[in-house]
Amino acid sequence: MKSFLLPEFLVERDENRCIQCKVCITQCGFETHYFDEELGRVMHKEERCVGCQRCAVFCPTNALIIRPHPWNLRPHANWTKERYYDLTKQAETGGVILVGSGTDKPHRIYWDHIVLNASQVTNPSIDPLREPMELRTYLGSKPDALEIKDGELETELPPQVKLETPILFSALSFGAISYQAQESLARAAKEVGILFNTGEGGLPQSLKEYGKYAIVQCASGRFGVDLDYLENSAMIEIKIGQGAKPGIGGHLPGEKVSEIVSRTRMIPKGTDAISPAPQHDIYSIEDLSTLIYALKEATNYKKPVAVKIAAVHNSAAIATGIVRAGADVVVLDGLRGGTGAAPKIIRDNVGIPIELAIAAVDTRLREEGIRNRASVIAAGGIRCSADVIKAIALGADAVYIGTAALVAMGCTLCQKCYTGICNWGICTQDPKLAKRLNPDITTERLVNLVKAWSNEIKEMLGGMGINSVESLRGNRLQLRGIGLADWELKVLGIKGAGE
Amino acid sequence: MKDLERISNPFNDDKVIASCSIFGAMSLEGRKFSGKDIIRAIANMRDRGNGQGGGFAVYGIYPEYEDLYALQIMFQSRAAKDDTESFLKEYFSIAHSEEIPHREPKNISNPPLVWRYFVEPKRMEQRDLSDDDYVVEKVMIINTRIEDAFVFSSGKDMGVFKGVGYPEDIGYYFCLDEYEGYLWTAHGRFPTNTQGWWGGAHPFSILDWTVVHNGEISSYGINKRFLEMYGYYCTMHTDTEVVAYAIDLLMRKHRLPIEIVAKIFAAPLWEEIERMPEKERRLYTTLREVYGSLLLNGPFTIIIAHRGEMIGLGDRVRLRPLTAGVKDDMLYLSSEEAAIRLICPDLEKAWIPKGGEPIVGRLGASEVIHKKYEIGIA
Ligand code: SF4
Ligand code: SF4
Repeated sequence: MKSFLLPEFLVERDENRCIQCKVCITQCGFETHYFDEELGRVMHKEERCVGCQRCAVFCPTNALIIRPHPWNLRPHANWTKERYYDLTKQAETGGVILVGSGTDKPHRIYWDHIVLNASQVTNPSIDPLREPMELRTYLGSKPDALEIKDGELETELPPQVKLETPILFSALSFGAISYQAQESLARAAKEVGILFNTGEGGLPQSLKEYGKYAIVQCASGRFGVDLDYLENSAMIEIKIGQGAKPGIGGHLPGEKVSEIVSRTRMIPKGTDAISPAPQHDIYSIEDLSTLIYALKEATNYKKPVAVKIAAVHNSAAIATGIVRAGADVVVLDGLRGGTGAAPKIIRDNVGIPIELAIAAVDTRLREEGIRNRASVIAAGGIRCSADVIKAIALGADAVYIGTAALVAMGCTLCQKCYTGICNWGICTQDPKLAKRLNPDITTERLVNLVKAWSNEIKEMLGGMGINSVESLRGNRLQLRGIGLADWELKVLGIKGAGE
Repeated sequence: MKDLERISNPFNDDKVIASCSIFGAMSLEGRKFSGKDIIRAIANMRDRGNGQGGGFAVYGIYPEYEDLYALQIMFQSRAAKDDTESFLKEYFSIAHSEEIPHREPKNISNPPLVWRYFVEPKRMEQRDLSDDDYVVEKVMIINTRIEDAFVFSSGKDMGVFKGVGYPEDIGYYFCLDEYEGYLWTAHGRFPTNTQGWWGGAHPFSILDWTVVHNGEISSYGINKRFLEMYGYYCTMHTDTEVVAYAIDLLMRKHRLPIEIVAKIFAAPLWEEIERMPEKERRLYTTLREVYGSLLLNGPFTIIIAHRGEMIGLGDRVRLRPLTAGVKDDMLYLSSEEAAIRLICPDLEKAWIPKGGEPIVGRLGASEVIHKKYEIGIA
């Protein structure tokens, strides 16, 4: 069938600059560029280009400009270019449109409508370069009271995990991401004293030494789960849902199931790895409780067990159920969270923004008097340190960063993660592409990111006259809303600016 | 339901921001002394206040009713008094009641009626509530439901006297120079937010716990939300209220000793904890993990008192002043050393405590203090 669609991107090569070095040809895994023997010069097929900018970045003479195709359809407020494009594509293929990464739709980003406080006169601000400033955070269930007799601590705390800064790397599974990418996350987590998350792809044998810094996921496909995997971890996470695709399972195509992926996931090489939409042993909160305690039993109550859900309409009620079911940590993944592959229609339309979910869940857990019993991790849509600090002030103990970590590694948000071709070597099992990621350098990039954000968080805390992050957690008085309706302020539990 | 916030915090700010003078004096032998010097001492720090609030707490003043709860209640209308009294009659046996004696007001205006009632809970209900909890519950009802009535204090053998004005004028009004107690605390206030309500002055009190406070607590937002989970509602939106409730929760309900409570309010830094021996490290780590939401962050000094004990504490980076002084059986705590020296010129020792280190005065512990701070050891 002749496609009626124009290419999404234009490749513009400045012939005066191009030195015919062919770097672009080797850089593009989508085979956009090619050498035309007859013309004796590098040419391109732009319909293949996904706009990842790899070739432009690596072109030694800056000869390339990759930009969205202008597409001069008659402007239409209702039938936007995207609606037209998706519909046409479906008319031509009859398929569900797949996509990677987090939603690019302009759902309200509440972070950008919340501002922070700073001390003036009555309370001195603190300079983190000269004074202590503490970000250390412990995740896990806390009792409501401690018993201390004659200076002796009588209460035994449930297991806690220590973070030197309230940031963790979100679930990114080996199989979806390359070995090099997972190794970089693991090494960076170790270096800065935080945790990374294996996603549902298991932990390769050769990365076992990083188990201490790993949150190991137990998802609906149960890939890679055995006793060894559970025990060699900092924390266990039961994945119920994901912000980018609430209610949807996962599908790792057989082409990505290489030898090592197959061994790690414990499935035959080349077979599709299918994660069902629900966990088929969890159809109710009692079932969830059974799994939580099965995992705790298996690991002798030595590991905190987290339960991750997508932020949806009734997250608050679900979260209280999860806490009562015995979870030590509740993870909320918001509407803007990323994914390796999801139906676009789901990614862009299902779930609620993380800001509202954090506030609603924190408030509800406090109303029910059970906020101490579990920590709350917020995920999905954290782009900078200000988002982190706002999430914590709204009530989160820590945040997961997924997309932000990928960008630090080189991701340019081309949203083609599901293709298995990632020119940046992150979301691919193609050895040629994957080896583009040098774990030494990538680790450094991740470490730099976490350090930079932590320093910024310290600056902002100091400005508020606070020298320890626990005094900010849930301290919504440090926040004010701008341009928000009354109902939004109410859900967020914050006042409007000037109030 | 009356909205205390509207009375004590009319601008509906998150909290009342104030800076202040605080003073405390205690005879560790239980020797009683008059309030005269206390008034002089706090008056000496007049510049730290602005006449918007002054108050005193004194212990050991009602020996004849030692076993009864002394409810000191202010009324802004006759009706409030009638309503409160019928409420009290329903839930308590009242052994004695009287208006708290006072002089003609000097430099203060519109003093409310202030009465005291010596009462015992009438326990008709079969609930397993301690007497203390019973009293707390009734005090909360008077404070939040009865229009124009507010309980200054509700402990045994102690009382809070406070109002809008400079502390020396409040002391004069309530004739505090004529009372004798073994432990006094005093407060002069400088709120940024003018308010003319006597209930909003310090000390804040629940049962026999009293708190005078100088500072601003930046962690107020989370301290308050944490306490709400335990059934304490900060109706007046002042940070001092948070301290009073936190003390009640930690010391009375969770039975933690003051030394531990001090380490919750002004926790050691993680790097200090890291250097501690294993057992202590575990204790302090656990304290921060569990009670991190009660860390008082921001500049503060407080003097907490209850029967037989007076505690001074400053924030962990020492952003507000506190001086301690000792002479024989007397322990003094003050925002300024000059105020102590004014009434006790020949102190054995005066020193500035470390940030986060509590100075604890206990009845019968005079020697302990002398030893601990190496006083009088030649
Ligand atoms: S990388 Fe740049 S210079 Fe080299 S062939 Fe491609 S466009 Fe030309
Ligand atoms: S897909 Fe990426 S590497 Fe390939 S042409 Fe487009 S921008 Fe260049």
